Amino acid sequence: MKRRCRALAIALAAALPLAAFAAPDMTDAAGPQAAHILQLWRVTVLVCSAVFAAVLVALLWAVWRAPRGGADAPADVSGLMHGEPGPRRSVVLAVGVSSVLLLSLLLASVTTDRALAHLVLRDAIHIELTAHQWWWSARYDDPQPSRMFTTANELHIPVGRPVILTLNASDVIHSLWVPQLAGKKDLIPGRSATLTWRADRAGTYRGQCAEFCGAQHAWMALSVSADPPDQYEAWAAQQRAAAATPSESRTLRGQQVFLGASCVMCHNVSGTDAGAQHGPDLSHVGSRRTLAAGALPNDDAHLAAWITNPQAHKPGVNMPGTAFAPDDLQALVAYLRSLR
Amino acid sequence: MSRLRVVVGTLSIALGAAASMSGCEREQRRFDAPPVSRDGLASVQLGPTRAGPPASGASDPASAAASSTVADAGPSASASAVLGARNHDRNAFDVAQGKRLYRWFNCNGCHAAGGGSIGPALMDDQWRYGHEPPQIVATILQGRPNGMPSFAGRISTEQAAQLAAYVRSMSGQVREDVAPSRSDGLSTGAPELRRDRETPKLAGTP
Repeated sequence: MKRRCRALAIALAAALPLAAFAAPDMTDAAGPQAAHILQLWRVTVLVCSAVFAAVLVALLWAVWRAPRGGADAPADVSGLMHGEPGPRRSVVLAVGVSSVLLLSLLLASVTTDRALAHLVLRDAIHIELTAHQWWWSARYDDPQPSRMFTTANELHIPVGRPVILTLNASDVIHSLWVPQLAGKKDLIPGRSATLTWRADRAGTYRGQCAEFCGAQHAWMALSVSADPPDQYEAWAAQQRAAAATPSESRTLRGQQVFLGASCVMCHNVSGTDAGAQHGPDLSHVGSRRTLAAGALPNDDAHLAAWITNPQAHKPGVNMPGTAFAPDDLQALVAYLRSLR
Repeated sequence: MSRLRVVVGTLSIALGAAASMSGCEREQRRFDAPPVSRDGLASVQLGPTRAGPPASGASDPASAAASSTVADAGPSASASAVLGARNHDRNAFDVAQGKRLYRWFNCNGCHAAGGGSIGPALMDDQWRYGHEPPQIVATILQGRPNGMPSFAGRISTEQAAQLAAYVRSMSGQVREDVAPSRSDGLSTGAPELRRDRETPKLAGTP
């Protein structure tokens, strides 16, 4: 119980700095894809609300005007002889209106799909996004292999340039949803899906796994930053560079701790012997805003807490806890934070 | 008549409850294991470096059987202390996790999918250093002569125990309802739950 309280307190404390990570608002479209979907959503809500209101009005009117016969009044069977032109007219009208409205919704849906498929993809950025339990890895493709780079849990895209995402899953079915940029798309192990985006407004948009994928599904966030083109190029150049070489004694010690411990079994830091691909790439982990796919803010204290006991923050996560000596832990944190 | 119905009903509910209780252990996830000190691992004596008498005895069936009993009694108390009261062998999650780690940590680089390559086969009935979980954990963490590297300080004891449980499932040593039924990658043979249960015997040159 006490432990649960403590976990809750940690979660609350972690949530406070994350308040800056604005809640995704679907109605605040930041690109053409989301704008098309928003338009369709508005049409559908409007039509369905109008139909619902009309049905309610008709029902209330029918209840209000219904003639109430006494218990011993004979049943009104006049309709059997003369037909019921009034009700028949209503039914024909309602069926006609419903068909027209349903067909127009279908038309709106098809038009939206066509509009989504017609995003101009000239000069697009290719990103291969792979979902894992419970984090995202992203490889920025380039015709020149030396210009490709890998990052995790945080995408940066240039404003105004289209993005082609190739979506894969490494373990179970996930789904990608960045409400301000596009609709959902499932990521299925063994299959590739494609999603296209364009952000027309700079900002940071929160993405989320939208298909239940295990215990920590809720803590599987993806941060998408739409930056002005020059800022994006600067970020990409920084990501392409090999990880920073430690210069101080403390960060140097931290690197030794990193390379001598279990970290290297799963993580990659470019330019060192750590080359495993099973956990998030840490070559530039210091430049990210959050840790553990949006679960914790990226600062010294949270990084130290995460390394020591990840299971307290994200129970079930594949990272085992390691109890380092306090000096080693401080050095390791300093080293990882220096990887900008 | 109605009394019989009550008795049958109660019995079937009790049976159902018992069946689901046994399922609980199979699916239980324990995420609150305290982090292991990496310096602590080195000081823990995990087990004998050799599970039985020298190799000369292994060819003789009688002495192999005898050494197998020695191997059974072999695991040191400290190894059991590290593993705790948990039985990773009976937990489907632990075995599946071990299967995942087996691929992640490149065990198949030497042992292939269990058939052996540079390293010995893991799906047969022959064990050089014993088939009990603490013995396999010791093999993983301490390493063994002729190429098996030591993973102490690289992986946690918990992960080693999960790997050991999976290694045991390769030759059918774990319960069928616990053994993995599918692979994340290309499947190379019968799934672990379809493997025949081999009778472990101590063999081979340690």
